Amino acid sequence: MTTLAVLEQRDGVLRKISHEVVTAAQRLGGGVEAVVCAAGAVQGADQAGKYGADKIVTLTNPAFAKYAPEACAQALADRAKQGGYRTIVFAASATGKDLAPRVAAKLGVAVAADITDLAADGGGVVVTRPVYAGKALLKVKVASQPAVLSLRPNVFTPVERPKAGAAETVAVTVPAGRVVVREIKAAPAGTLDVAEAQVIISGGRGLKEPANFKVLEELARAFGGQAAVGASRAVVDAGWRAHADQVGQTGKTVSPSLYIAVGISGAIQHLAGMRTSKVIVAINKDKDAPIFKVADYGVVGDLFEIVPKLTEEIRKLHG
Amino acid sequence: MKIAVCIKRVPDSETRVKIAADGKSLDEAGGGVKFVLNPYDEFAVEEALRRKEKAGTGEVAVICLGPAAAQETIRTALAMGADRGVLLQTDKIPADPFETAKVIAAELKSTAWDLILFGRMAIDDYNTQVGSLVAELLGLPCVTAVSHLDIEGTKGVAEREIEGGIEVVDFPLPAVLTADKGLNEPRYPALKGIMAAKKKPLEVKPVQPGAGALEVVALTPPPDRKAGKIVGEGPGAVGELVRLLREEAKVL
Ligand SMILES: Cc1cc2nc3c(=O)[nH]c(=O)nc-3n(C[C@H](O)[C@H](O)[C@H](O)COP(=O)(O)OP(=O)(O)OC[C@H]3O[C@@H](n4cnc5c(N)ncnc54)[C@H](O)[C@@H]3O)c2cc1C
Ligand SMILES: Nc1ncnc2c1ncn2[C@@H]1O[C@H](COP(=O)(O)O)[C@@H](O)[C@H]1O
Repeated sequence: MTTLAVLEQRDGVLRKISHEVVTAAQRLGGGVEAVVCAAGAVQGADQAGKYGADKIVTLTNPAFAKYAPEACAQALADRAKQGGYRTIVFAASATGKDLAPRVAAKLGVAVAADITDLAADGGGVVVTRPVYAGKALLKVKVASQPAVLSLRPNVFTPVERPKAGAAETVAVTVPAGRVVVREIKAAPAGTLDVAEAQVIISGGRGLKEPANFKVLEELARAFGGQAAVGASRAVVDAGWRAHADQVGQTGKTVSPSLYIAVGISGAIQHLAGMRTSKVIVAINKDKDAPIFKVADYGVVGDLFEIVPKLTEEIRKLHG
Repeated sequence: MKIAVCIKRVPDSETRVKIAADGKSLDEAGGGVKFVLNPYDEFAVEEALRRKEKAGTGEVAVICLGPAAAQETIRTALAMGADRGVLLQTDKIPADPFETAKVIAAELKSTAWDLILFGRMAIDDYNTQVGSLVAELLGLPCVTAVSHLDIEGTKGVAEREIEGGIEVVDFPLPAVLTADKGLNEPRYPALKGIMAAKKKPLEVKPVQPGAGALEVVALTPPPDRKAGKIVGEGPGAVGELVRLLREEAKVL
């Protein structure tokens, strides 16, 4: 049976995380219908076909120019009811985490949230979700009709599986929202969000003072725009870095291709946010620091000597 | 201001996770698990107290669905300054958060709250939804992951972090909000508060949540990460590190 894959757009441009949603949805078999709420045509929406969407539906309403939580939830719940989908897949992005439970509740079910794996299982879906700060994995059979899932970002690597991707646009009527996004205060241009970066270089108390984060920023720049600078809670609480940059249990959960922890001890609450990264590098002067237990590669020593050297080497590669 | 705060008793994140014999749950007794008030709910309790203090009048009630031992969690919130507590007592918290939401919504329904506060998520199950589900069940407006809040009369403005920025959201009261880190600095209960908490009303109501549609198949330790290696010491090891990242890990 068809799976409904909920795509995301911002300012009329499809967000890349949408490819992960389609990729995961098509793993359930039985066809994928992609859906996106927007004020008009969404640039890049046709890409969903490349990753396995049989059909791409744009639900349009002027209210969707900005994220309109209530209107969007209503439109998606209506669509879900009409289509009788077995499964609805969201991204567990900032928007998805807000939207998925609203839609689920309108359908009388819960969300299996922040999943890292999924498989069709008879009439239901079996999913895996990290729990207890990533110290255990919970395997859950979702028997609700429909099964509503949200995917941990960066876990389901997009795979190209071209399908028809037939486009359809449906103008929808929605209730006036009580909760209204007035504006988005954008982060300074050029800064990549840790939740979306393929490479993250995170700094902790080992950096000694806020100004020293420039050594990490230089390393990030050497990666040519793919890298973001993250932080441990210790340095966020000290006011050295913004909370938006915090990785961990009370910050963001990230799964980049490469995570470089610099001067971070590796407390369990930090690991909770980054242990599903594909490759972890730790740089720490204490060879017994817990971060080395999860790191694929460790370098023991003074970060102020090691990081500039690493920056130099990465610059050479990216020439 | 009449404010309800929903709080959950969760294992401390430092807890060593020991899986019970059924292979589906945490071994609480054998594992020596220490329980705490969910950290995000501390932000919610703190915000409620500040709103009430600012208004000069009102009530802060805390509501918890959990086992008898969750009375201790409620006392923690009372010691911070909440006025009264309600324990919706059940031995087992449902695996399906929609069932939790239904029980909590049923309890909240009979009172005209100005604000109903939740944590953004519980740090044990990471469900990140009970607040939103309850809001939907009660038909109230809801703003999630609030890291900054202004309220004037019945109009609220909240800020929430999104990728690459901050969303500024207008909403009317009464409303459901879920609290993120950054909203405030929760106070520690003072000795006086702890003493006072012992005398504050704590009502216990037995409840029977439904079974729900999420069935736990297994709880397992995460796969061990492939044993890592210390590449070397000092800047001299960087060349080898870069080689490994390129040739072995293939991430450069
Ligand atoms: C409820 C709760 C939630 C939490 N949530 C989070 C969270 O979301 N994210 C998070 O990160 N933490 C979180 N924490 C905090 C966590 O427990 C740790 O306190 C924190 O992660 C420590 O930060 P750190 O590694 O930067 O500092 P430290 O633990 O102080 O580590 C600093 C490290 O730097 C190394 N170092 C020092 N100088 C150098 C040098 N010159 N060169 C190389 N290495 C050096 C040291 O060896 C040490 O290992 C939470 C805690 C609680 C109780
Ligand atoms: N058993 C419970 N009792 C009271 N409140 C709860 C319970 N479970 C969850 N909550 C509330 O819902 C929030 C989100 O929880 P969750 O959706 O489980 O991540 C928590 O921070 C609490 O405020």
